[in-house]
Amino acid sequence: MQVCNSLRFHVKSSIIAPPCQLEETKTSTKMEEVMLEPTLYTIKGMAILDNDGNRILAKYYDKNVFPTVTEQKAFEKNLFNKTHRADAEIIMLDGLTCVYRSNVDLFFYVMGSSFENELILMSVLNCLYDSISQILRKNVEKRVIMENLDIVMLAMDEICDGGIILEADSGNVVQRVALRADDIPLGEQTVAQVLQTAKEQLKWSLLK
Amino acid sequence: MIGFKRDSKKDEEDGGGNPFQNLEKTTVLQEARTFNETPVNPRKCTQILTKILYILNQGEILGTVEATDTFFAMTKLFQSHDVILRRMVYLGIKELAPIAKDLFIVTSSLTTDMTGRENLYRAAAIRALCSITDGNTLQQSIERYMKQAIVDRNAAVSSAALVSSLHMTRFAGEVVKRWVNEAQEAINTDSIMVQYHALGVLYHIRKTDRLAVTKLVAKLTKSTMKSPYALCMLIRITCRLIEEDDVGTNSKLFEFVQSCLRHKSEMVIYEAAHAIVNMKKTGARELAPAVSVLQLFCSSSKPTLRFAAVRTLNKVAMTHPAAVTACNLDLESLITDANRSVATLAITTLLKTGAESSVDRLMKQISSFVSEISDEFKIVVVKAIRALCLKFPRKHSVLMNFLSAMLRDEGGLEYKASIADTIITIIEENPEAKETGLAHLCEFIEDCEHTSLAVRILHLLGKEGPRTKQPSRYIRFIYNRVILENAPVRAAAVSALAQFGALCADLLPNVKVLLARCQMDTDDEVRDRATYYSVILNCNDAVLNNRFIVENTHLSLPTLEKSLHQYTMQPSETPFDARTVPVAAISPSEEARLAAAEEISTKPKTAIATMTREETYAEKLRNIPQLAALGSPFHSSPAVDLTESETEYLVKCVKHVYERHLVFQFICTNTLNDQLLENVHVHLDPLPEGFVVAANIPCQRLPYGEAQSCFTVLTFPDVLAISVGSFGAVMKFSTKDCDPATGLPDSDDSYDDEYMLEDLDVSVADQMQKVAKANFAASWDEAGDENELEDVFALTSMQTLDEAVKNIIQFLGMQPCERSDRVQEGKSSHTLLLSGVFRGNHDVLVRAKLALSEGVTMQLAVRCSDPEVSELVTNSVG
Repeated sequence: MQVCNSLRFHVKSSIIAPPCQLEETKTSTKMEEVMLEPTLYTIKGMAILDNDGNRILAKYYDKNVFPTVTEQKAFEKNLFNKTHRADAEIIMLDGLTCVYRSNVDLFFYVMGSSFENELILMSVLNCLYDSISQILRKNVEKRVIMENLDIVMLAMDEICDGGIILEADSGNVVQRVALRADDIPLGEQTVAQVLQTAKEQLKWSLLK
Repeated sequence: MIGFKRDSKKDEEDGGGNPFQNLEKTTVLQEARTFNETPVNPRKCTQILTKILYILNQGEILGTVEATDTFFAMTKLFQSHDVILRRMVYLGIKELAPIAKDLFIVTSSLTTDMTGRENLYRAAAIRALCSITDGNTLQQSIERYMKQAIVDRNAAVSSAALVSSLHMTRFAGEVVKRWVNEAQEAINTDSIMVQYHALGVLYHIRKTDRLAVTKLVAKLTKSTMKSPYALCMLIRITCRLIEEDDVGTNSKLFEFVQSCLRHKSEMVIYEAAHAIVNMKKTGARELAPAVSVLQLFCSSSKPTLRFAAVRTLNKVAMTHPAAVTACNLDLESLITDANRSVATLAITTLLKTGAESSVDRLMKQISSFVSEISDEFKIVVVKAIRALCLKFPRKHSVLMNFLSAMLRDEGGLEYKASIADTIITIIEENPEAKETGLAHLCEFIEDCEHTSLAVRILHLLGKEGPRTKQPSRYIRFIYNRVILENAPVRAAAVSALAQFGALCADLLPNVKVLLARCQMDTDDEVRDRATYYSVILNCNDAVLNNRFIVENTHLSLPTLEKSLHQYTMQPSETPFDARTVPVAAISPSEEARLAAAEEISTKPKTAIATMTREETYAEKLRNIPQLAALGSPFHSSPAVDLTESETEYLVKCVKHVYERHLVFQFICTNTLNDQLLENVHVHLDPLPEGFVVAANIPCQRLPYGEAQSCFTVLTFPDVLAISVGSFGAVMKFSTKDCDPATGLPDSDDSYDDEYMLEDLDVSVADQMQKVAKANFAASWDEAGDENELEDVFALTSMQTLDEAVKNIIQFLGMQPCERSDRVQEGKSSHTLLLSGVFRGNHDVLVRAKLALSEGVTMQLAVRCSDPEVSELVTNSVG
């Protein structure tokens, strides 16, 4: 009887009072990833949010990072809450390094793994922002971006293809998204661009 | 035309709101019918297509039918020559590719665009085409065009082809491998991105071939690449080579990485510094230049650069704190950085490198902004503080105050638990901090909403409280919980109260009164516990108290559950005997936590196993019928290698000790892919006197690359004194030659063969299970001196007490009690208290008095219920 009684008690007590273990946070495991294999798949995601934290456009490139839209949007909300007040440019969240930039009512984000070179991510963010700024003729705000959503989509597609940085120079991006000469003020074009457009116009006039 | 489009859109905008607001999937898909009209209206169609892409991006999900219909409608738009519309069509194809069916119908249109003259189409068409191809079409129809595209003069086309090839390696790796020459050519172009992409493709193709990678790196490190991205990639590849080949830091490869520290692009400089810091073998000399560039970055105007630099310095501080001290001034200026992440990282770095004198100042600064940072970073701060406490024990009062302030703040369970953990560690490490620490924890449970934490703290109070100077002060805190909290906390509080009753004679009457009140509780667990403790305490028997209140028997819970289950399945008259259940080994969490405190976030920690080694093995052994009859193993040793790691056959041995039997589990791996081994078993010869082989369980089939086990069961000799010894071992098997590719044997012919293994030892430690005693003195007295054996040994080979203590613990395989495994510095004598359970469930207690005098002299006293065990333990030490 004695044995049974004591046994029962010990089982219960060990269940209720576990030996000291509550370690291991979700973030720490993610933050402590091993050194990554050299690869071109650098970008985990890009997003443009409005000033309520709602998605205007967002792309995620890694199936293991936020596979569903619900998870993505939850992450975006969280990201927005952490970043919309502080003008800090970089934050680590949910095991990702996120660089960001904002203007009027728009927030631009580029996400990479926590082991990624932060400066590479920054160069992609700058390219994203500068391209869109040129496309929108410096009117970087929600109303204008919605009007030119097609071109902005093309630009995002030109910057990153399936997680690989395709182009990080905003001049090249703008040129490749098929903006015609009359869409960019002449002062912001490079000589090459001017020549290119001149050539094209000539060609088109001949084709007609 | 496009200008016109913009204007007309603007008109719409002025009249109404956002054209993309409140779009409905069905309406938008209806609108897609417009695509079928001829002639195509580019402006209208572009807008509809944008809407479709927009709702997809917002998370609408199309069914296969919807997607396929839309896709087919879209193909009509190839008639139009509007550039933007065409490009949007490509985008649409890519978006719908994973859902829609019959994608191949656009293959020819895209191929035409890809090879056409319009440059604006070509690059994008390649990418769209590659997203809809499968391995077959790729090989048959477009491989030729892809090869041309890779070496195209237009950078966009070349990049698009290279990036698409990389995507396609997932399903057509073999085809892409044939493009290696084209990629090689592309790497020599001037375009920044093409160079980067070509390097990525080349590396991917060659990464399994070490020699080819070495050549590639050797060639590229000599030429100067223009693209900073390609250089970053090259640095990573180089580092991987350095780590894998384990070449020293004097090699050409390392020189290249170091030379990148002087590159003009910050991106490359940082990549190189980061790489040097992360290399396993870098010493202080190699780190210095990397640290000095990071120091420069600390004063940059760009937050990202500062963040990157501090984060990397933080990593250096973990391994080489001295190397970072030079940056302390720069780091201090970052404490007030607007980016809180930068500030937190700067402070934690400083805490790691700083001197004792700066601690107070730093803590003040942290407290000024700790409320503004996220929980994740707070935990980083807490971890840094824990490391600090271990480093500067004298600063505990400052740190403890800070921690208790943090405890009172808002925060999630994870955060609170990490603080409580830290306080508990400090209490355990530093006896001086105990009273203040317990006081802070008492205050915290007064207002703690997390049940699990409250239970843990109560458990700790029960353990530590009775041993403080004024145990009575804790009673009030604990009893308050009984009045105010939920059932699990009340139950834990009752257990804690009982501890006080058992250990503090003067409090006993009060505790009895309190426990009597708890017997009226509404929850049955609380009532049960209170009744149980009251009965024991009322007996006034110190031995009973010690055995059933103070000590926790460490039965292995999963095994106990199994045994009980089995017992209920076969009804019998005999009562269940708890002694048949093996005791659980002390979990290594204690050590793991200490280790974690030191290297806070460098390595990924393997998830802490919920089962001990014994329990996992027991689970497997139960599945083998011959072994199941023996019951559960009492103790399983860690696996020991019986072969070198590079030999044909790898054999590891695990020793399972049962009450009367010994089972060797040989885990064999066959590393020859042209051999199939059959009937593998291990022959033991010579056997030490008294051991008898009871059974042999061979492994029937051991194919290449699989780890399989065979077993040998022995019975222990009846005389305990000879139950230790050394076994010779030979692995015997029959071999069949087989085809390396399929693993099937060539013929039925086989020949017998054998393979010498290293000798196996069975020691006292193998037969001993670690068990902690909370109150060693009481257990020692309880064991009595009837079975005590005492002897004096001279351990001449040991130079320090610390070394002697470690060796004795390892040799006997017993658990040190009451922290006697830590030798205080500068002492010339020490008492080590050990406890364990010997097979057959004999409690063994060992008291070793050590003195330092030309080597270490040890007076060993062993108490055990079985005199033979005492003798064995004493003899084995000598």
